[in-house]
Amino acid sequence: MNKAGDVSLVFGKVLVEIGREDKNVVVLDADVPHSTRTYMFKEEFPERFYDVGVAEQNMMGVAAGLALTGKIPFVNTFSVFAVARVFDQIRQSIAYPHLNVKICGAGAGISLGDAGPSHHSLEDIALMRSLPGMTIVIPADRAETKKAVKAIARYKGPVFLRLSRGIKPDIHDENYEFRIGKAVTLREGEDVTIIGTGTMVAKALEAAEKLSLEGIDAEVVNLHTIKPLDKGAIIKSAKKTGCVVTVEEHSIIGGLGSTVAEVLVENVNVPMQRVGIRDIFLESAYTEYLMEYYGLSVEDIVKSVKRCLKKKSLIENKS
Amino acid sequence: MKVRVPSDDNIYKMLNHKATLIRRDLVRMSKGKNLHFGGSLSIVEILVVLYFHIMCHDPKNPNWAERDRFILSKGHAVPALYAVLAEAGYFPVSQLSSFRELHSTLQGHPHLKTPGVEASTGSLGQGLSVGSGMALGAKLNGKEYYVYVLIGDGEANEGPIWEASLFCSSYKLNNLIVIMDRNHFSAAGPMKGRVDINPAVDKWRAFNWNVLQVNGHNVRELILAIKKAKKSKEQPSIVIAQTVKGKGISFIENRTEWHNNKLSEEQYKLALSELGSVKG
Repeated sequence: MNKAGDVSLVFGKVLVEIGREDKNVVVLDADVPHSTRTYMFKEEFPERFYDVGVAEQNMMGVAAGLALTGKIPFVNTFSVFAVARVFDQIRQSIAYPHLNVKICGAGAGISLGDAGPSHHSLEDIALMRSLPGMTIVIPADRAETKKAVKAIARYKGPVFLRLSRGIKPDIHDENYEFRIGKAVTLREGEDVTIIGTGTMVAKALEAAEKLSLEGIDAEVVNLHTIKPLDKGAIIKSAKKTGCVVTVEEHSIIGGLGSTVAEVLVENVNVPMQRVGIRDIFLESAYTEYLMEYYGLSVEDIVKSVKRCLKKKSLIENKS
Repeated sequence: MKVRVPSDDNIYKMLNHKATLIRRDLVRMSKGKNLHFGGSLSIVEILVVLYFHIMCHDPKNPNWAERDRFILSKGHAVPALYAVLAEAGYFPVSQLSSFRELHSTLQGHPHLKTPGVEASTGSLGQGLSVGSGMALGAKLNGKEYYVYVLIGDGEANEGPIWEASLFCSSYKLNNLIVIMDRNHFSAAGPMKGRVDINPAVDKWRAFNWNVLQVNGHNVRELILAIKKAKKSKEQPSIVIAQTVKGKGISFIENRTEWHNNKLSEEQYKLALSELGSVKG
């Protein structure tokens, strides 16, 4: 992983690309076009860009109305406002009628770290996952962001695109094949499955490298789509390795960890550990500091893997 | 062939006749069920004027691209909309009795799967945003249709109504016409002395809207106001329709307990007899 780049800039650029490809693509933004990078779309397609002002609730309804006239609206604001603030609008006006609206949450998780808990979005997966028919896509790097935006533009139905920002390591190359709802095994392993999503996938890979130095053979799965869920991939890998660790920049309640746990508990009886934010509001600090302090570091993943392996060995010794 | 153009008076007579028909449908479809009588009865003339006189629409082709759109933002008044859609021919009148029943297309609140319903509403305060998206879409697609959004006065307590209001005037959505059912009640009772929206006219003017006021049970006034609204060059328009909650059934008019309630057998007969017989 030598290369890295700003994932939000890629998002801004690919929005322009899909705008060129399909004139039905329209973009809405609630007064933060420089943070969401939709200013790029605005520059090229001013007639298809709607600045709705500081009014997120209205933005969701306007998007629903535009979708009902055949447009493909991409709505943009910070993830915490794109979901929690407008959850009822999403539920009633978009999800229930299953409209073709793409909800793009910028700066999700703790990528707006120093803005503090008012701007941290650690509940968005949990909320969106509970809506019938919602698709949830979380890109991990630049290449996946690009592929994901193109894929959701082609898909007909409501989508939540959970975006990070800042410089992130590249995991996938340009030839990477992305399919909504299809998990990707990035590294084969025998001892433990590490399932990551979004920006934590890179850390999962790093943890796997470290573990390999200690003779632990970890499988790493990128679960970029939380819904519809690739249950088969989770079950298959869990059966193979016998224990699972999930890694997410989200609360451990209702997010990736919960999603995987639900699948495992009904299908495969293996021990599991969740790496994520432990049901608390955080504080202001740079994202990387917060990650270290609140348990989202590579070292935390390594520790969780070892704990999980211990549980697995206890079970194996018993039987 | 000679075409006889109906006189205005005959049009008004026909529309009033339709209004009575709709009220009778409402009573019939409520048999043994809770129904939002108050807010449904107050909007009957508004819906009748839109669907049987003003709007371009085709009940046999509900998705016709050029059609005018109507959104019932105060979704709980949907029984009135269902009755109007049925009488207009979107689905058989006999289907009204399935209201709120399992597998019926007539859900408790509006949903897209019902022919003729344009938006899923029921959580108050969202229909105007959706309508403004449709009006924007019309301009973007070069379509000439109008979007009509019916909101309640109680519903105007909701913040997003005012977010949308600012948006509509900022984007000069003159192809959007709001009608506000000003029945002076919300679910818990009269709005006066509670969180009322007076002065309503001043508020909408301050938000840069073209504001018109009518008696919401007078079909002539409604028609003239909407025609005037359609001439607006830059502003979105709102017709503030003064109405009576529960209009048309004496024991329901202006009674808080009839916001959502069930008729006893005796009340059912009484309501129908008050509405008189209508040749269908």
